[in-house]
Amino acid sequence: MGMTMVDDFLVRALLAGCAVAVVAGPLGAFVVWRRMAYFGATLSHAALLGIALGLLAGIHVMLGVMAVSIVVALLMGVRHWRQNNDMLSEDTLLGILAHGSLALGLVVVAFLDDVRFDLNAYLFGDILAVTSSDLYWLYGGGAGVALILIYIWRPLLSATVHEELSIVEGVPVHTLRLVYMLVLAGVVALAMKVVGVLLVTSLLIIPAAAARPLSSTPEQMGVLASVCGCLSVTGGLWGSANYDTPSGPSIVVAALVLFMVARLIAGIRRSA
Amino acid sequence: MSQLPNFLIQASAIDMSFGGRKVLSHGEAKVAKGEIVTLIGPNGAGKTTMVRIMLGLQMPDKGTVIRCPDLRVGYMPQRLNIDPSLPIDVLRFLSLGLSRGDAGHGLRSAALKEAGVDHVAHSPIQQISGGELQRVLLARALLRNPDLLVLDEPVQGVDVSGQAELYGLIRKIRDHRGCGVLMVSHDLHMVMAATDHVICLNQHVCCAGHPEIVSRDPEFVALFGESVAAELGIYHHDHDHEHDVHGDVISHNHDDHHHSHDHGHDHG
Repeated sequence: MGMTMVDDFLVRALLAGCAVAVVAGPLGAFVVWRRMAYFGATLSHAALLGIALGLLAGIHVMLGVMAVSIVVALLMGVRHWRQNNDMLSEDTLLGILAHGSLALGLVVVAFLDDVRFDLNAYLFGDILAVTSSDLYWLYGGGAGVALILIYIWRPLLSATVHEELSIVEGVPVHTLRLVYMLVLAGVVALAMKVVGVLLVTSLLIIPAAAARPLSSTPEQMGVLASVCGCLSVTGGLWGSANYDTPSGPSIVVAALVLFMVARLIAGIRRSA
Repeated sequence: MSQLPNFLIQASAIDMSFGGRKVLSHGEAKVAKGEIVTLIGPNGAGKTTMVRIMLGLQMPDKGTVIRCPDLRVGYMPQRLNIDPSLPIDVLRFLSLGLSRGDAGHGLRSAALKEAGVDHVAHSPIQQISGGELQRVLLARALLRNPDLLVLDEPVQGVDVSGQAELYGLIRKIRDHRGCGVLMVSHDLHMVMAATDHVICLNQHVCCAGHPEIVSRDPEFVALFGESVAAELGIYHHDHDHEHDVHGDVISHNHDDHHHSHDHGHDHG
């Protein structure tokens, strides 16, 4: 056992995990800057409904997840565009969407009696079962997300810093927010395979948070978040292979360790 | 509608309400090239709403906003609330207001110098003081080489001597660049001296005109109290009449119930 077991499935898992981590890094930085962690969590909870509907309709689950995520993104986008004309806060609405769709997903799953359905694999990820065709999805989707993110980086950063100032300066803020939410939905769908719907948000925010004390520009933080994400995937898979721990949670634990190390380094630097 | 050649922006007959509460009724404001216009009024008078409508950030229920073609607006918002998790220094912050091509380092440094804060160029933006931040925001507005500078409460969080300096700077910028300036303020003292035209708002336009004339207007006196109005009127002693607390004109020979002026007392 141990390090000699560099099997195909482990290589595929590493490739899959890093593909997701590279795009989740800078996108997660925006989640942190814009304080949208709960939105990310809502997307990931809603993903289970997408999986269930995908299986029910007999299409690829990732398409089902994308469809549901897009609906959630559009709902929240429309709410924001209407400028808080709602009696309920965004926080409350996200909570309702998150848990409502998770519950609905679990109920729909109960109707799928003839389908072999491993709930745990979806909830906590099944990166060791990644197939070659999954890899095509991940790299194609990841490349698409990366290209869009590079294209919108500058105006999105401006809108993140001050929305109204950006509007006056001619930045299409509402369109950008919608594109950003849709891209985020795409990454949630991709990351689901790696860490599962319950832990997707962690892959977005923990590497970005770990990168923060080590960065002095937004771009540095985005790149470092990608690096932290890849290190977490590698560390988590190594731990999973060596100690026979579940792969998804192991990746998140590795990210957590990185985060704490970064905080420690920052603390030592500040007091020095 | 025909306009003067130096016309920049005009809002006419603006009505606006939020959740059934009327905020503006028949609001009017216009700014010409080289002119400093200040909107004053108590809290909730609709000053900021008026500015947001003129900037195009809000659609009014009724009324029109006309801008001269290709109007370049430099906007200095009331506050900036950047999450501490975003690592960004002042120079980088300034570059966000420019298109990719003009983001030259020299331009940004020059704008910081003009605003008097070139020493914070490399500081993280979350760590500079309130007064420095206002000037950095002003520098960002200036970088766009604006025809119209819009400033929402520009001296907020700035100490008294800093306020006078900042108003002086805004004047200097106007003299130097010849741009129009639209300001929102509720601190009357300094703004009156730094303004060409005052619009006093309290849901509707109470009165408008040269600061000296506005400070004598019965509606203005009613809104801000006689002592404040009198204090602002220090620099003109040629009263031909006085107002009582309700804004009614009273003649000089009824001086017996005239309040003593409370000089040096700060309004607010």
